[in-house]
Amino acid sequence: MSSRRRTTASASALAGVLAVSLLAACGSSAGNDEAKDSKDGKVTISVEGWRPGSEQATIDTFKAQAAEFTKANPNITIDPKEWEWKGETFAAQLAGGTLPTTFRVPFTDGRGLIERGQILDVSKQVKALPYASKFNPSVLAAVQSPDGKIYGLPTGVYGMGLHYNRDLFKAAGLDPDKPPTTWDDLRADAKAIHDKTGQPGFVTMSKGNTGGWDLTTFTYTLGGRMESEDGKTATINNDATKQVLNTLKAMRWEDNSVGSGALLDWGGINQAFAAGKAGMYISGSDVYNALVQQNKVKADSYGLGLVPLGSGDAGVLGGGSIAAVSAKATPAQADAAVKWNDWYYMRKLSEQSAAEADAKTLNEGKQPVGTPQLPVFDAATLTSYNGWIKPYVNVPIDQMANFTNGINSQKFLAEPVSHTQEVYALLDTVVQKVLTDKNADVDQVLDKANTQAQALLSK
Amino acid sequence: MSSTTEHLRRRPPRPAAGRRRRTPVTWVKDGGLTTLAFAAPLIIVFAYFSWFPIVRAVVMSLQATNLVTDPVFVGLDNFRQVLTDPLLPTAVRNTAYFALLALVFGYPIPLFLAVLMSDLRRHRGLFTALAYLPVVIPPVVAVLLWRFFYDSSPDGVFNTILGWVHLGPFTWLDSPTTAMPSLVLEATWAAAGATVIIYLAALVSVPAELYDAADVDGASTWRKVWHVTVPQLRGVMLITLILQIIGTAQVFLEPYLFTRGGPDNATTTVLLMIYDYAFGNSLGGDYGAAAALSLMLAVFLALFSLLFFRLTRSWSDS
Repeated sequence: MSSRRRTTASASALAGVLAVSLLAACGSSAGNDEAKDSKDGKVTISVEGWRPGSEQATIDTFKAQAAEFTKANPNITIDPKEWEWKGETFAAQLAGGTLPTTFRVPFTDGRGLIERGQILDVSKQVKALPYASKFNPSVLAAVQSPDGKIYGLPTGVYGMGLHYNRDLFKAAGLDPDKPPTTWDDLRADAKAIHDKTGQPGFVTMSKGNTGGWDLTTFTYTLGGRMESEDGKTATINNDATKQVLNTLKAMRWEDNSVGSGALLDWGGINQAFAAGKAGMYISGSDVYNALVQQNKVKADSYGLGLVPLGSGDAGVLGGGSIAAVSAKATPAQADAAVKWNDWYYMRKLSEQSAAEADAKTLNEGKQPVGTPQLPVFDAATLTSYNGWIKPYVNVPIDQMANFTNGINSQKFLAEPVSHTQEVYALLDTVVQKVLTDKNADVDQVLDKANTQAQALLSK
Repeated sequence: MSSTTEHLRRRPPRPAAGRRRRTPVTWVKDGGLTTLAFAAPLIIVFAYFSWFPIVRAVVMSLQATNLVTDPVFVGLDNFRQVLTDPLLPTAVRNTAYFALLALVFGYPIPLFLAVLMSDLRRHRGLFTALAYLPVVIPPVVAVLLWRFFYDSSPDGVFNTILGWVHLGPFTWLDSPTTAMPSLVLEATWAAAGATVIIYLAALVSVPAELYDAADVDGASTWRKVWHVTVPQLRGVMLITLILQIIGTAQVFLEPYLFTRGGPDNATTTVLLMIYDYAFGNSLGGDYGAAAALSLMLAVFLALFSLLFFRLTRSWSDS
């Protein structure tokens, strides 16, 4: 075997390490410099445009929207960038100063960015918005520092939901309108699906930190937590996680109902589900959009229910993105960036004309309209929004009713606050161990992971 | 010794060249500036893109830095951190396991293929092209393709085929015991073609008289390969061996794209660890630890190569 490919691969990885060192050498210091603003009041901002690999129609639509915005705000020029948040490139872009003026990052990264002063305090601009007082407090908290300053606008808010295949439910003799509401029922339904159809009844993610994301969700449903509230103490070896892992282990090795695939990530599990190779799985409530856009899921076969919650301090894990402003933006750019984010992400949630125009455009482009969202504002605003877009809804909302009717009564819990992605990576291994080792000792595995997580949190 | 080298040895030394004192003036007179002008672009490019990053990596291995806040000098802390990382022994073991499997399966196969092909009288070009084809396929595409093959459900491609002869289903990438051999299988398939080409080129240089003489002595094909082909290819085989060892010690692509180190760290390799140190955390990686482990790997491989060449010198020269 030749070493060419290996050498190339390793060389690229090393080159990557070395390249960031170059970036560091070249990077200039951050500055929120008023003097850099032009005197004539004109300002240009670069914004997160479309994801790499998007269709031309998406790009054209975005540019048209940007032009529309500029028409209403003649002093602001929008320079859209092809960009997508990726855990593996974000740090280098941040260090190299190549991020757009405004960009979106997951809630989980907010705290670190705020602490290090890498995104701007935009409290003044956000508080001036007409809906500033209407934010859902737990959602707003995700974009705030402990002292209450606001560092961006919360967008794309989701809660975890139970996605299930109605066809497989029917084939297994289960009622497709009644997804399980307890872990016991979930286990029984999964077994029934596997026994009757041969397909895995319930699958879980386990790769690329998504195993940790799912396991944390499962833990929350039984009232456990992965970290103390201040993020200083790891609590991975809690009773809820133990219980959930033992259930998962029994489903894998006794019921044989979770399949043998131990290495699924977010995209992989969506693919398996859309292909009819999974009875149920737990993921973000908005995943239906991706299932349509990327996996061509059969609408009739899709169902969305609530994650089964236990008693006590149980809750549903939720998250979203922060539309943040680069710390390098000038004051005028920061104003313009918040204006853009308000116009592009927020206004349509609270203003009828904006909501209708957006839904109409998406519907004409055969993009999903009406996938359940969690309220960024209060429940009443979301209800109005759902009313405005009703004529354009093209997703099977009746099959999602179990979720939409019950989500407001579920407690919303944020993700662990400290070293979130690194802790998730540790938890991936835990899930993989249980799914691949019949004799795995759950207590021991969790104790080990907890020690490793504590080492991270103590850094 | 041939007459050509004899002639070179007898060539008289250039008059006074060795005795004249070298000063900057003589250097300029001898065309030093022209040499420098020609070499300068190369030196600048190498210095900036190759030597400078290496020096930076050495410096970074002694710093705590996330490339955002100012770096702090921490001495050998990064090395200490890496060496006490509980994952390091696993990663080293996995890398060695990959290298060993690749050596056992991946090393003899190209040689075997090359010997077979060199014996072909017709369509040799076609077979060579076929053997080389996997090398031309972009690695990421190849991995995606093989992920379909390795689907662990009973209707996966390999499991379906094996099912016809009542074998399996196997878990392939989804079990800690079979994941690494599965990676090696794909890696061998993907890379064998390039080595086949090297061996085929070397085989052309084996004098035909040696085979004729072996034929006269009544040697079987196997004996001809063992006693004529292999000794004649010794030099090339040693080079491909060390290249493969260096290559497999830095295996990254397959574990990254297939398994991301799983399941249960069964395919976490040293390079994957370096990558995770640097880029595993979206808020700024531990670049110091990544640089430290990179350096340790580079030094180990350099020492290993030196030792390898010293130990095999007599064998490859004879």
